[in-house]
Amino acid sequence: MGSIFDILGPVMVGPSSSHTAGAVRIGQIARQLFGVQPQKATVYLHGSFAATGKGHGTDKALIAGLLGMKPDDMRIPHSFEIAKEQGMDFVIENKDLKGAHPNTARIVMDAEGKKTMTIQAYSIGGGRIRVSSLDGIDVNFSGESNTLIVRNVDQPGRIGEVSAALSKENVNIATMTVFRDKRGGFAVMVVETDQVVSEEVIHTLESKEGILKVIFLKANGA
Amino acid sequence: MSYQSVEEAYARCRKDGIEFWKAIQLEDMDENGITEEDSWRRMKGMWQAMLDGIAAYEPDEMSASGLVGKEGGLMEAYQKKGDTLCGDFMAKVMTNALKMGCNNACMKRIVAAPTAGACGVLPAVLVTYYQEYQVPEEKMIEAMYVAAGIGQIIANRAYLAGASGGCQAEIGSGSGMAAAAICYVRGGALEQLGDACAMALKNLMGLVCDPVGGLVEVPCVKRNVGGAVNALAAADMALAGIVSQIPVDQTIDAMKEVGDKMDVSLRETGYGGVANTPVAAEVVKRLGLTL
Repeated sequence: MGSIFDILGPVMVGPSSSHTAGAVRIGQIARQLFGVQPQKATVYLHGSFAATGKGHGTDKALIAGLLGMKPDDMRIPHSFEIAKEQGMDFVIENKDLKGAHPNTARIVMDAEGKKTMTIQAYSIGGGRIRVSSLDGIDVNFSGESNTLIVRNVDQPGRIGEVSAALSKENVNIATMTVFRDKRGGFAVMVVETDQVVSEEVIHTLESKEGILKVIFLKANGA
Repeated sequence: MSYQSVEEAYARCRKDGIEFWKAIQLEDMDENGITEEDSWRRMKGMWQAMLDGIAAYEPDEMSASGLVGKEGGLMEAYQKKGDTLCGDFMAKVMTNALKMGCNNACMKRIVAAPTAGACGVLPAVLVTYYQEYQVPEEKMIEAMYVAAGIGQIIANRAYLAGASGGCQAEIGSGSGMAAAAICYVRGGALEQLGDACAMALKNLMGLVCDPVGGLVEVPCVKRNVGGAVNALAAADMALAGIVSQIPVDQTIDAMKEVGDKMDVSLRETGYGGVANTPVAAEVVKRLGLTL
């Protein structure tokens, strides 16, 4: 698959598709995964993001994404001020994240009444990204398709429940990948779907034993 | 599957009796399951963003590093005095290339074409032509398809990223795309589009990616001028009936071979070329960059 609009496009705020547009996307997907705008965010920049991030506005772009902006938002250069206005505290630090892709950011998010969430993601160029870690569990997804993310206890039957709930709603699974920290520990299912998953299905799944959290991301942050 | 060669796209044009831009549009609609209206609307959006981008330039704005920003304004003032070496049209092309390059460095809105660093080449050629000659907007949007199709074939056979193949892959590809696009606008024959692209690519073959401090500023902004002027020269040669002795697909393959042989210090790392000069070292130190 490839589109001519990957060649002409995206429309974006400069200066770099990987270090600016991709960084906005990382912030944006982090916010979506967290579910609300964080009240406090700690952002770690690794590799090339740490080395040349300032000059590319990577720091401003990540904060802009956390504020819900898209890569073509003209307010990106002013994201620090906007974060202050909206009461989002943030810290940005350079950190060597061993073995990570050169364009990696790790974001720790907090908000009142929410459990802390940590995500790690990297930018692959052209404004495209991949999420590589969710709360310490290695994952691998882009958010370019509709994506259902299920956090569960690693025990038999959970995958079957998810696929049954989706098939009941006529939602077709395009791809499905499962990850876990250790046998019998915590697991993450990443399910890319052709259709949008309804709130109802999400609630049904969340009420099941052994399923801790269900998040749905609409394709490309729509 | 999208075209793997310019020759393959030509074959479709000849078989179905359609123009190059249409062959590109139809293939992309098919590949991505989008309607003709949707495709056209999106391409028109890209075109509008280029028009808006040039109009949004502000000569007093500087990049965060302070290295670039005012070049578009300086060139425009010089062009308006009416005494340039290159003539009025070319001076306006140069102005617009600088404006878009500066916009990109100043965190303003641009269209990656094919990349953010090379965002000035295509609008400099197409938007300036549109503003100087009375051409229907539809023709310019068709030209955008020509550019996109050429870019996609370069991506399929070689690459478009400076980190992969040096600046020849970014400004070079942008120049090849713009050459074919403007050749189309001027009524060039099918084969002349590929010839224009091939000549533009050959002229910039071997161009290294050597950004000072790793920033998309020096020499990137000014290289957009080089890419735009080169595109027009290549298109004019093709329209004059000069053919590229090496066919366009083989030229793209040659560019890949050159890129593969290029040392990593010359592929966007900021370690070689003009990035490896005493003044560049001072810039890195002054800005506190850690390359």
